[in-house]
Amino acid sequence: MALTLEQVRHVASLARLALTPEEEQRFATQLSAVLDAVAQLQSLDVETVEPTSHATLAASLLRQDVARPSLPPEKSLANAPAKVGTSFAVPKIIE
Amino acid sequence: MQLTDLTMLELARKLASGEVSSVEATRASLERIAQVDPQVRAFLRVDAEGALAAAEASDQRRKAGAPASALDGVPVGLKDLFLTEGVETTAGSRVLEGFVPPFDATVVRLLKEAGLPLVGKLNLDEFAMGSSNESSAYFPTRNPWDLTRTPGGSSGGSAAAVAAREVFGALGTDTGGSIRQPAAFTNTVGLKPTYGRVSRYGVIAYASSLDQPGPMTRTVADAAALLQVLARHDPLDSTSASVETPDYSAALEEGVKGLRLGVPREYFAQGMDEEVEASIRAALREYERMGATLVDVSLPHTQYALATYYLIAPAEASSNLARYDGIRYGQRAKDARGLKELYSLTRERGFGPEVKRRIMLGTYALSAGYYDAYYLRAQKVRTLIREDFLRVFRDVDALLTPASPVAAFKLGEKVDDPLSMYLMDVYTLPCNLAGVPGLSVPCGFTKAGLPVGLQLLGRPFEEALLLRIARAFEREHEHFRRFAPLPAQGA
Repeated sequence: MALTLEQVRHVASLARLALTPEEEQRFATQLSAVLDAVAQLQSLDVETVEPTSHATLAASLLRQDVARPSLPPEKSLANAPAKVGTSFAVPKIIE
Repeated sequence: MQLTDLTMLELARKLASGEVSSVEATRASLERIAQVDPQVRAFLRVDAEGALAAAEASDQRRKAGAPASALDGVPVGLKDLFLTEGVETTAGSRVLEGFVPPFDATVVRLLKEAGLPLVGKLNLDEFAMGSSNESSAYFPTRNPWDLTRTPGGSSGGSAAAVAAREVFGALGTDTGGSIRQPAAFTNTVGLKPTYGRVSRYGVIAYASSLDQPGPMTRTVADAAALLQVLARHDPLDSTSASVETPDYSAALEEGVKGLRLGVPREYFAQGMDEEVEASIRAALREYERMGATLVDVSLPHTQYALATYYLIAPAEASSNLARYDGIRYGQRAKDARGLKELYSLTRERGFGPEVKRRIMLGTYALSAGYYDAYYLRAQKVRTLIREDFLRVFRDVDALLTPASPVAAFKLGEKVDDPLSMYLMDVYTLPCNLAGVPGLSVPCGFTKAGLPVGLQLLGRPFEEALLLRIARAFEREHEHFRRFAPLPAQGA
C-alpha cells in the first residue's frame, strides 16, 4: 500500500513529529514498503480469534488503595528543562 | 590467565576463598575497558568511582563473613536502558541526553543489594530499536570478533562488553530478540526470561507487552546465577509474575537424556546462511548423541510473526515514546513558538531515523480507520502464534532453532534498508509475541571465525530447563573458552 505525502504529514502531526521534506519523502517510501510486507496478515481468517494484548496477563491487577511515599518534588523536577517553583514550565498557551 | 578471563562463578569462588578482592577484580575490569574499549566502543559511560566504592563495600562484607549473595563483588555492566540513580541514562538517544534518573530500576536495586559493582552503562540501539547498534545516537559498537562487524542489537553494547571481557556479565533487554541475537553474534549466552519473570520497573519502555530484561554472560552457569538475583515478583510492575523463584543452578548438570526436543520446520527456511545452518544441524545431532529425542514439529503461523511484530511493537512504542515531549526531562527545543511546536520540534531533533520510522508506523497502525485492519488484526494473529507454541509444548520439552539466519554482518551493510534489517529478527521475535522464554548458547563458528548461536525456546517459567539443556551442550563444546581476538590484558 503506497502512502501519500499528505498521509505521511497527517500521521506526523498525530505523532507530534515535525518532519523535514526529505524525511516525509523517505518515510513515504519506507513505510509503504513495510505496510506492503505486513499486508500478508490480511490473508488470515481471524474472525473468531480473540486478540492477545499481553502474553501472560489474564486480568487487570489491583493493589491496595494505601497511600505510600512517592518521589519528592525536588527529585521529580531535577531533570526539568524549565521550572517555576514546584511546577514544570511550558510556553504560554493563552494570550 | 588474566583476572578478566574468569567467568562470573570462577571469580565468585576466588572472592569467597579470599584469593582475589572485589576491588582487584573491579580495577581489572576498568583497566581492560581502558585498554580495549577505544576499539570496541561498548560503553557510553563508565562509573569507576561508583564501581570501586561498591567493590570496597563488598570486600568489607567478605571480611566480616557476610557476603550479600553468591555473586557479591562480581563487576557487571548495564545496557543504558536501565535507570540508575545519579548516573546519566540516555537509552542511546539524544532526547534523553543529560538525563540523570532520580531512582533505580528494580533490577538495578537487586544487583546493588546482591553486592555486584556496576561498572557502567552500555551502548544500544536508540530506545532498543534495532538489530545492529547502529541506530544509537552516539556511535556504533563493534563486534570484538571482527571490528568491521556489528555485535548485533539492541543489547549489542552488553554483548560486546562481555565478549571483550570488559565486564564479567551484563544485563540486556529483549523485545524481539535484542538479547539472543547479539549473544549469538558474540559467542556469549543470552537469556530472555518468560515475560513477567523479571521486573520492568525502571526499564525505559519500548514495547511494554514484549520487553523483558535478562542476563548476558559467557557461560550458562553464570546466566543461571545472574537470573537468580533478578527473578523476583515486583509489586511496582503490574505485569510482574507472582510465581516462586526456583533454584536455577540446582539441576543444571542433569543432561538431556530422555528429553523430547522439537525442531520446528518453519525455522529452517530459505534465507539462512549455509554455514549457520550447518552449525545448527551439527548441534542438533549432538543433542541426539547426548540422549535427547529430536521431534519434527510445526509452528504454522511463524511466517506471520515478523508482520505481527512490526505492527504491535511500533504501536506500543508510539504510545510509550509520547512522554518525550521536552516538558519533564531530557532535551527541549529552545526556539519553539507555542506548546505544540515545542513538542514537535523537540521530538524531531531528539529522535533518530529508526525511532521516527517506528513511531510513524505505530501511529499509523493505531489511527482511526486503520486500527482494526492493522493493530487489532495483529493482536489476533499474536493469539494464533502463542497457541502454536503452547500446542507443541504439550508434546516436547523445548524447541531448538537458529538464533539468527546469519552470523554478524558488516557495519553499514543493512542500515539503509529497514526491511532487510527487520528480517534479522525473524527467528527470535515469535518468542516475545508468545511470552515464552528463549536462550541463545554458542554452538560453533563460521570458517571466517564468526560465532553462531543455537536458540532454545521453552514453556513459560521453565527457564531452569532451558538452562539445563543449554548447559548439556556447553559441557561437551566449551566454546566460551575461545576468546575474541583482542589484545590480551597488559599487552
